[in-house]
Amino acid sequence: MQFGIFSVSDITRDPTTGETPSEAQRIRDIVTIAKHVEEVGLDVFAIGEHHNPPFFSSSPTTTLAYIGAQTTNLILSTATTLITTNDPVKIAEDYAMLQHLTGGRVDLVMGRGNTGPVYPWFGQDIRQGLPLAIEHYALLRELWEKDVVDWEGTFRTPLQGFTATPRPLDGVAPFVWHGSIRTPEIAEQAAYYGDGFFANNIFWPKEHYQRLITLYRQRYAHYGHGTPEQAIVGLGGQAFMAKNSQDAVAAFRPYFDNAPVYGHGPSLEEFQELTPLTVGSPQQVIDRYAAMRDHYGDYQRQLFLVDHAGLPLKTVLEQLDLLGGEVVPVLRRELAENRPAEVPDAPTHAARVAAVYGDGPARQARPTSAGGNNLTVGGPYQDTPIAAPPATSGSAFGPAATQKENAR
Amino acid sequence: MTRRIAVVSAGLSNPSSTRMLADRLAQATVGELRARGIEAEVDVVELRELAHDITNNLLAGFAPPALEDAINRVVSADGLIAVTPIFSTSYSGLFKSFFDVIDPDALTGMPVLIGANAGTARHSLAIDYAIRPLFAYLHAEPVSTGVFAASSDWGARADEVRPLASRVERGARELAEAIARREPRAVVDPFDPDAFLGEGRSFGHLLGGLAGE
Repeated sequence: MQFGIFSVSDITRDPTTGETPSEAQRIRDIVTIAKHVEEVGLDVFAIGEHHNPPFFSSSPTTTLAYIGAQTTNLILSTATTLITTNDPVKIAEDYAMLQHLTGGRVDLVMGRGNTGPVYPWFGQDIRQGLPLAIEHYALLRELWEKDVVDWEGTFRTPLQGFTATPRPLDGVAPFVWHGSIRTPEIAEQAAYYGDGFFANNIFWPKEHYQRLITLYRQRYAHYGHGTPEQAIVGLGGQAFMAKNSQDAVAAFRPYFDNAPVYGHGPSLEEFQELTPLTVGSPQQVIDRYAAMRDHYGDYQRQLFLVDHAGLPLKTVLEQLDLLGGEVVPVLRRELAENRPAEVPDAPTHAARVAAVYGDGPARQARPTSAGGNNLTVGGPYQDTPIAAPPATSGSAFGPAATQKENAR
Repeated sequence: MTRRIAVVSAGLSNPSSTRMLADRLAQATVGELRARGIEAEVDVVELRELAHDITNNLLAGFAPPALEDAINRVVSADGLIAVTPIFSTSYSGLFKSFFDVIDPDALTGMPVLIGANAGTARHSLAIDYAIRPLFAYLHAEPVSTGVFAASSDWGARADEVRPLASRVERGARELAEAIARREPRAVVDPFDPDAFLGEGRSFGHLLGGLAGE
């Protein structure tokens, strides 16, 4: 079980002081926050991708690489990567690069974005949001799995004999989660590929996410990746703590009341009742989140939102101290109790490499002298298969593999 | 099989003449259905009680339980009677906001009887220029008669050529006929793979469809 935080990278006025941090300040702070996540013993730091104020995180791999260089065990992830508007070629390259630089401490959560205007900024059309997510991801998989890709689709120019560089670290692509708050097709997509499913679990009542996760688990089994209980589930969450729960409520209320997403809407009390937001003592947070597996089944990753709505750095770091010091150690213990042996651990690069190669050596890609001419000289890497690239593995790939064969 | 008629009333006062009109329309529709051998029950949603939840839904993006329950009762009904006071030439903001937080596809094919009330009969065309287009947009199927009640309809100087009772009866008859013509309403579960992929299909078909195969 992995624990961590996810940030949406909002730069929000602190309603108690009236101060809005500068971009420079907030970007420095996020690095401090991420390093502290590791210091307090949490496992994951994830950051969103946005291309408009008041957010700063337009370039997540830059941020994550900088953080990766200053941490040793922290897993770096996204929340979310825009699979719709980013060119899958660039995603394949950027995140493989980040894998190499951080020793494989990388995974991604794919999402479709939270604002309509972002589509045309990158030459896309929001009405094609779902088909874009499906086609782009299929291409991304192919770019990571095959050294040489011939590809033609609906939304970007065809590729002929293209190689995405560098190849994934140890020949194993980053693990991918798919995030969605309302779209069953995305749960289906995650299940089809045997990828993870991440429910942000912040904005809506749990019943809503339960339907998505139940669907994902059923379809994961349907596509032959394991039992429903073996599907890889991640959850978001939101907490604000003080030793005394009344102090937590008093301190958090102005931030809640003015928060960009839900401010001026439901009361703090209503929102706590309806969503997983928990404002109170560490014990209350433990109780609420220890019960998550009763709602969603045993799961692999729990991320908390702690650095939003104008909360100052000092407060965020204190929240991390409480999370790492008092909450997560207890949750780790409680969630490990009675956890069935067949429920997999959270994915890590090391475990995924071991799953592919066993005790044998992992692939180390060494270019040939082909000089980019991938089609005629046998391949761009010394160990690139000479015949047709290997078919993608797993029963789930039946229809897709057949389709590619036909296309070729 | 007993059919269910959802009644949405956007009246604000209590007692409310919007609700009075809604009740008459509901009662008359039940009577018309019974005359056709169909039993029907009436399920009333008073929007006043949901006003805070509706605003919270607009701001926070999800329906609190009471509102979610009301929405589910409306979209799963066999017919809908929707009644609003006319404010400033159109439906009330509360009435519109309720339909704004319902999934835009959820009322497709729903037979609807529109009712409205206001101080004077000079507002009566609002049913056709303001309210009917809303249901047309939602692909609901409003019956051709809409029933408008002015204050005078409840009092001494009522319309003596076509009194309210006969207009209610005509609208109710049309709604009853529309309900009787249809099978009981089946609600599609959006989380059923058959619903989003097509029956028996796999994600591979979505991928293949994109590649034009």
